[in-house]
Amino acid sequence: MNAKHSTLIGKLSLLVVAMFAFGYALVPLYDVFCDITGINGKTASEPVSAEAAIIDTSREITIEFIARPNQQMPWIFKPEVRRMRVHPGEIHIMNYLAENPTGRAIVGQAVPSVSPGQAALFFHKIECFCFTQQYLAGGNDMLMPLQFYVDPALPAQFSTITLSYTLYDVTSQWQDSGQDTESEFGE
Amino acid sequence: MSTVTTADHHDEHHDHKPTGIKRWLFTTNHKDIGSLYLIFALAMFFLGGAMAMVIRLELFQPGLQFVDPQFFNQMTTMHGLIMVFGAVMPAFTGLANWMIPMMIGAPDMALPRMNNWSFWILPFAFLILIISMFLPGGGPDFGWTFYAPLSTTYSNDSTALFVFAVHIMGISSIMGAINVIVTIVNMRAPGMTWMKLPLFVWTWLITAFLLIMVMPVLAGVVTMVLTDKYFATSFFDAAGGGDPVLFQHIFWFFGHPEVYIMILPAFGIVSAIVPTFARKKLFGYASMVYATASIAILSFLVWAHHMFTTGMPVFATLFFMYTTMLIAVPTGVKVFNWVATMWRGAMTFEVPMMFALAFIVLFTIGGLSGVMLAITPADFQYHDTYFVVAHFHYVLVSGAVFSIVAAVYYWLPKWTGHMYDEKLGQLHFWCSLISVNLLFFPMHFVGLAGMPRRIPDYALQFADFNAFVSVGGFLFGLSQLIFLWVVIKCARGGVKAPAKPWDGAEGLEWEVPSPAPYHTFDTPPQVK
Repeated sequence: MNAKHSTLIGKLSLLVVAMFAFGYALVPLYDVFCDITGINGKTASEPVSAEAAIIDTSREITIEFIARPNQQMPWIFKPEVRRMRVHPGEIHIMNYLAENPTGRAIVGQAVPSVSPGQAALFFHKIECFCFTQQYLAGGNDMLMPLQFYVDPALPAQFSTITLSYTLYDVTSQWQDSGQDTESEFGE
Repeated sequence: MSTVTTADHHDEHHDHKPTGIKRWLFTTNHKDIGSLYLIFALAMFFLGGAMAMVIRLELFQPGLQFVDPQFFNQMTTMHGLIMVFGAVMPAFTGLANWMIPMMIGAPDMALPRMNNWSFWILPFAFLILIISMFLPGGGPDFGWTFYAPLSTTYSNDSTALFVFAVHIMGISSIMGAINVIVTIVNMRAPGMTWMKLPLFVWTWLITAFLLIMVMPVLAGVVTMVLTDKYFATSFFDAAGGGDPVLFQHIFWFFGHPEVYIMILPAFGIVSAIVPTFARKKLFGYASMVYATASIAILSFLVWAHHMFTTGMPVFATLFFMYTTMLIAVPTGVKVFNWVATMWRGAMTFEVPMMFALAFIVLFTIGGLSGVMLAITPADFQYHDTYFVVAHFHYVLVSGAVFSIVAAVYYWLPKWTGHMYDEKLGQLHFWCSLISVNLLFFPMHFVGLAGMPRRIPDYALQFADFNAFVSVGGFLFGLSQLIFLWVVIKCARGGVKAPAKPWDGAEGLEWEVPSPAPYHTFDTPPQVK
């Protein structure tokens, strides 16, 4: 094979490898892109420190809470109240009730989604049960707290924010490798 | 253009080749490999077509008559996979193998042994895919787009075979594309400058770059599906922090350039046939080259127009709507150039020209329904209905497949040394033209009326239209048997074809005798 061919084949093969890597690079790129823009209603997976923000008493935002267990998840999972009205900047605590009606211990992971997606950037969680996996022995129940505030910088067109949690059964991952799995494939 | 080769001279000492099956298994000759690709594509075309017949049989009447829904889903999935990866793409690769070396005055493809490999792994890929249908639980049934979680959480046990088959198809395509690029870049005859290349060569060069850039992304996304399903990763699983919508982004980043992979070589074929039978030079050669390149670049910026209903922000839908509509501009340039080439030409209407003309008209219809689908708010109504099915079958069947058929009729005298039967060819054309429109045109209406795609049953008000469409489908399927007969008849004998059977044809391939000798252009021709 002549040298002209080899150089070109080398370059083209490099392009093939680079594009394969690019396909995988789209995974973190997509997450970064969603974090920055709030597309898909992804909220931050890390707690924010409670800032002594100014409370904007001039307007009220309705927060709606939706919680549902995934089809394979046997827990009963619901918010204490369906909706609350808050002033931007106020810190609130909201409890979710989880009950494990089965006879075995199950580990759950809640995945949040905010709608409308653009409002996700302005919904801050100081503490959330969704940051970690939750262990619940069979027949037990517990209250899982969420501490949050709405950023006063929330654009005026948003008057309602819907926060939805889907709860997944991640017991198999817990047994396999403990909580480390979470950081590896985390949001 | 003129050549200094004499075919008789190298017939004597070069034309010996192994006989029987060994010739085909071990061949490194671009013409043999081209023939293998074309025969394989034709076989897959009939297999995929048979699956389409099952789909149309079930949809002939509302209710479930012949197959159960899970088998119906396997039929839609396998029909899509086989037609895309088994029929259209290998047919274009076969044409590239046969024609590109002869068009640029090269003795063979640059990497003949790799060429043998890229063909011979393909039958195994499809064997694996087809075998998966006979395993317990059945074959892939999640649509050719294999959206997660259908292909991960809810797919059956044979999914690993599907993934493996797609990997092999990808490797085959990538090797073929590298071969095409190296051949075109390094092996052009002296004097064959870039802007003298026939358009079929240009469009294939650009297609090969698209293949190299997106097939690895497809390989990546099927690998993610494989690890999500079998190795507990969570790329597309929300429970582990993944996102199913991410699948659609990665898939369509491959998928949209893929549709141009299936149409750019068609543009090259039509740009070769129309000037021949209009007996005029192609109008706007340079603009054709630039339009092809623009379409290729734009194809990377439009993928999310397949995903308008996933809840994207308004800004993103606007961006993808505008870039999609922008593609209509270079495509319009092409259609304009073909029409301008025919303007005041001395036209005759042999079978290749008839198929090329049908291509121009019907592909434009498919393009216009594409512009309708690009309008975001309208797409909310059209999404996942038969309107989409009508759209992509107009561009792929009466577009890509018609162009391949036109190319076969156009170059068959060069390949076999015989003229095809013009009467049978015309019969094939008219049967195909009428039945393809009976088959796909009414789908626009049932789609607009709300009939969803990929469902084995439908509401009663769609019954008449679907019966009509099914009859069109059966007729189209039967019409292709005429094509098979024409090709076999031509290969076995017929009127001797001269070196240049079409008096308006131009290009190096017409300067070698018909049938083209086993080795051509051992001494490069001098292109003036």
